[in-house]
Amino acid sequence: MEASHAISEAVKMIKPDVIAAYPITPQTHIVERLSEYVANGEIGAEYIRVESEFAAISACLGAEATGVRAYTSTSSQGLALMFEVLFIVSGMRLPIGMTVVNRALSAPINIWNDHQDSMSCRDSGWLQLYAETAQECFDLTVMQYKISENKDVLLPSMVGLDGFTLSHVYEPFFIPEQKEIDDFLPEYVPTHAILEPEQPLTLGPIGFPSHYMELRKTQVDAMEGSLKVIEKVFKEYSEKFPAQIKGTRPETYYHIEEYKMDDAQVAFVAIGSVCGSIKDVIDVLRSKGEKVGLVKIVTYRPFPMEALKKSLKNVKKIAVVEKALSPGANGPVFEEICSLLFEAKSDAEVRNFIVGLGGRDVKLDHIQKIFDMAKKGAGKKQEWMF
Amino acid sequence: MKKQRIDYGSLKSKIGNVEVTTGAVLESTGSTSKTKTGAWRSLRPLVDDKKCIGCGRCWTYCPEGCVHKKAEKVFQVDYDYCKGCGICANECPVKAITMVMEEK
Ligand code: SF4
Ligand code: SF4
Repeated sequence: MEASHAISEAVKMIKPDVIAAYPITPQTHIVERLSEYVANGEIGAEYIRVESEFAAISACLGAEATGVRAYTSTSSQGLALMFEVLFIVSGMRLPIGMTVVNRALSAPINIWNDHQDSMSCRDSGWLQLYAETAQECFDLTVMQYKISENKDVLLPSMVGLDGFTLSHVYEPFFIPEQKEIDDFLPEYVPTHAILEPEQPLTLGPIGFPSHYMELRKTQVDAMEGSLKVIEKVFKEYSEKFPAQIKGTRPETYYHIEEYKMDDAQVAFVAIGSVCGSIKDVIDVLRSKGEKVGLVKIVTYRPFPMEALKKSLKNVKKIAVVEKALSPGANGPVFEEICSLLFEAKSDAEVRNFIVGLGGRDVKLDHIQKIFDMAKKGAGKKQEWMF
Repeated sequence: MKKQRIDYGSLKSKIGNVEVTTGAVLESTGSTSKTKTGAWRSLRPLVDDKKCIGCGRCWTYCPEGCVHKKAEKVFQVDYDYCKGCGICANECPVKAITMVMEEK
């Protein structure tokens, strides 16, 4: 099945009460399938056809504030249009689940994959998890609700998957029984926001200078605390639903996935579907005796500092491969890797490789070249792989 | 939806001396009756009772819902909440309402 439909299946099984979405390429297949499910009566959700992504996320906000489970999905400009509301959702601590089918931002207009859209929202207070495979799309979608709705977290979450290169690709994946999903993720029980005339609450009030900083701090604390919750949920899910199809997901989900990192001297750090190609190149390099590995980032917000520090402790050369950029600075992931290496007093040589913007193919040759440059320490700090 | 109650006390936490709640949720009922919001009005709608025909358009159109119906064909502006937007004056068919500058 298509990875997009792995998401639709998962959303069907988590039984949302409200789905509000506006179609945008390459997210369309997900919500198209969901609308069919609603029309067939396979999902009992209210499907709100909205006039824009701003309305979609606002409808989800309203729904979630009444104390029910809400879902939306978007890409690129659609996510950009939601930007204002993203902060309101996280500030009001509403655990909405969203899928971001990652796509480049305009201009020039481009419908293909990179990570500029969700990376631009990294400071919005939403949890961000990234999938590499269809199975991970399914699993992370189920888990995102369990994490977000945890009463010590109460933060919205995005699951990112690469547009087309993952979303439109057919892959086998395993779907657990509905009953088991129900056991894992029971009905949402609101603990702080609800629409109930017998207990009227004011949601989203003004936060005067006397309280604003403290409120932000509680949000940041919840984000930090969510690392532990994510780890726990990942573990619980991995045990309850053991991997069925080889190579479609890690045995046990964790903030990062390490591939041949045990004795690695050179390491790739990357996010999303490009990790599949990197693993292939690593296999070839390993057969030639190169000590090389990959650290795939699954949890990007909260940023798993300690897990990464541990993983990169003995590595001498690091290639951060990103499909995002911050004009005027280095790539967002690169900056954060550098800062944790500085904290860890590492003397590793780190380089930033910008790849695959706007759907540009990331070929095995590119990855080989990245390895050569990283190993030799050749080239500039930031290299673009055209 | 199942009937649910929020344990409001459990939402409270303290950072330093400041008490906050999860998501800034407030358990306050009827705060509007305590908080008068008309204070920042700069223009005041004055109704000329002699001209008024009691049609009720001001009552229908006021976006703040602060024109009250006192009796049949009798309408009164609640200055505690009136924002002075002038919509009532604009809608009045007999120009019975004039907007005058607030002077304190
Ligand atoms: S001025 Fe505006 S707010 Fe005041 S009574 Fe007229 S319509 Fe209502
Ligand atoms: S709109 Fe004018 S005429 Fe009609 S009730 Fe109001 S003040 Fe009177």
